Amino acid sequence: MTDESSRPGPDPRGKAPRTREEEVHRLHRWESSAAADRRGGDLRRHTDVSSSAALDIATRPDPAAPLTSIAQSGATGRATTSGPGRARRRPRRGWDTKLLGAAGVVGLLLTWEIVPRIGLVNERFMPPASEAIGGLITNFGLADFWVAVFDTMHAWALGMIIAVVLATVLGFIIGSSTFLRRFTNSTIEFLRPVPSVALIPLAVLLFGVGIESSLMLIVYACFWQVLIQVLYGVADVDSVAMNTARSYGLGPMARMRYVTFPTALPYIMTGVRLAAAVALILAVTAQLIIGTPGLGAEISRAQSGGNYVSMYALVLATGLLGVLINLVMRMIERKVLSWHSSVRTEVAA
Amino acid sequence: MTYIRSFLNIVALPLILLFIWFLATLGEASFFVPTPQLLVETFINTWTAERFAGDVFPSLGRLMVGIALSIVIGIVGGLLIGSFRWLRALLEPTLEFFRAIPPTVLIPVLMLLVGIGDEMKVSVIVLGAVWPILLNTIEGVRSMDEVLADTSRTYGMNKVNTVRYLILPSAMPQIMAGIRQSLSIALILMVISEMFASTEGLGFTIVQFQRSFAIPEMWSGIVLLGLIGVVLSFIFQLAERWILGWYHGLREIEQSA
Repeated sequence: MTDESSRPGPDPRGKAPRTREEEVHRLHRWESSAAADRRGGDLRRHTDVSSSAALDIATRPDPAAPLTSIAQSGATGRATTSGPGRARRRPRRGWDTKLLGAAGVVGLLLTWEIVPRIGLVNERFMPPASEAIGGLITNFGLADFWVAVFDTMHAWALGMIIAVVLATVLGFIIGSSTFLRRFTNSTIEFLRPVPSVALIPLAVLLFGVGIESSLMLIVYACFWQVLIQVLYGVADVDSVAMNTARSYGLGPMARMRYVTFPTALPYIMTGVRLAAAVALILAVTAQLIIGTPGLGAEISRAQSGGNYVSMYALVLATGLLGVLINLVMRMIERKVLSWHSSVRTEVAA
Repeated sequence: MTYIRSFLNIVALPLILLFIWFLATLGEASFFVPTPQLLVETFINTWTAERFAGDVFPSLGRLMVGIALSIVIGIVGGLLIGSFRWLRALLEPTLEFFRAIPPTVLIPVLMLLVGIGDEMKVSVIVLGAVWPILLNTIEGVRSMDEVLADTSRTYGMNKVNTVRYLILPSAMPQIMAGIRQSLSIALILMVISEMFASTEGLGFTIVQFQRSFAIPEMWSGIVLLGLIGVVLSFIFQLAERWILGWYHGLREIEQSA
């Protein structure tokens, strides 16, 4: 997705030869722009590396965190002849790629179909793919299924909103004061790795099987994801931009709005995207274990009732829901950050 | 002076929070929230050596096996998938789907296929924790500097040496980032897998306390889980500093230049 043509650097073969002076000038420009370019590249790395779904992940984009290796940024740390190192994604949405991907999916489904049919595993415990998919399609026509999906998404959305708002507000308050940042650092670092599922018994005691207990888990897990990102985003503000705004007489609120917020927005969006995946996992987990109504509770009911086809169908449904949420969040991120250079270069490609 | 100040910064807020907790539970004995003294007492009484041997160590053992398997599978698979473009194209959509399935819904499935023993718990951990490592390894292998790759080819390095001295070190920072994510997932799945059809383990014990309304004991279990999480992330940071020492050093030089 990285743009090949606008990348500074010598042109690939096939261009008309230039005069020596032109070439020197170009190379100089390229060298001096390389550092800034790499920085842009680094920002994208953050979004890339942390895009894997995870639960209470430590995803701090801290400056010392290893995200690109030396080998990737060129052995000297400067741009090498192939340009500043980064994932060089060629425009790869070609037909052959899509076909291969489809072939992979079909291959998996075929394996899943054949393995139970020839009796490698008990057909009762692992119904062939065709039956599970058939069950999924039947589900699409059932009102109960859509109610369960709605319940799941309801808990997901509410939890996300609460966590994101809380974390953003607190993050901006803590992040804009050096004292508060130092003061809260140890507490945040201690509470962050506490696994959210440790709270399940507490949630059951306090709220029973109501939606509040899944909300509690979702908010706890997502809150740290977003908070950490906001803190780092706020800390990343360019001091020259900040001083410029101050000399131009912008008040604290205006500085927050026009300098800090745009800087922190990419970080917030990364946090939100990660939190979206985490929130789905916890919503389903809470339903599965506590029994809050939703897809998870349906799965556990199908399993204890021995209705294994329906169980596989529901598992497929949660997977599809996860893929859908990933896609939508990535789209939203691209829309919200359309002004940001990391997205702009992608669009140009 | 600066040492004292930074020390105060570290302890001040936790102490204030503890104090608020102490004050809040001082008056009437709340059913849900034990007082700090009671919690400490319960913690010492509950988590005896016996219980550690019976519940905590088996859990931690499964956790370690799960993490080790995830790391091995993730790195080997990632190296393979990352090195061959066609393999990547073939598997990408499938992997994308498996990653999107919340790992916990696989527990009922695995209970059917593998049973309810240790194998099930370990495979749940692996199925959840392998993805961040796998995907980060693929990404790390893919984004290698082409000049270094070409150089090593020109110098006639064989396959094994290329993997050992070029691809692995080059992808290592990203692999470590993946492992860091996997650790917390593995811990969560360890707890959840023990909440299903289990008779021992940390997750089982905590749920058991909750069901029998042994509130202070339940809290002590939550605290223990939290401590395990903190210790794991501390150990990981040490390991990362050791494994990636060369990398942090190079970065410092690069930044000061």
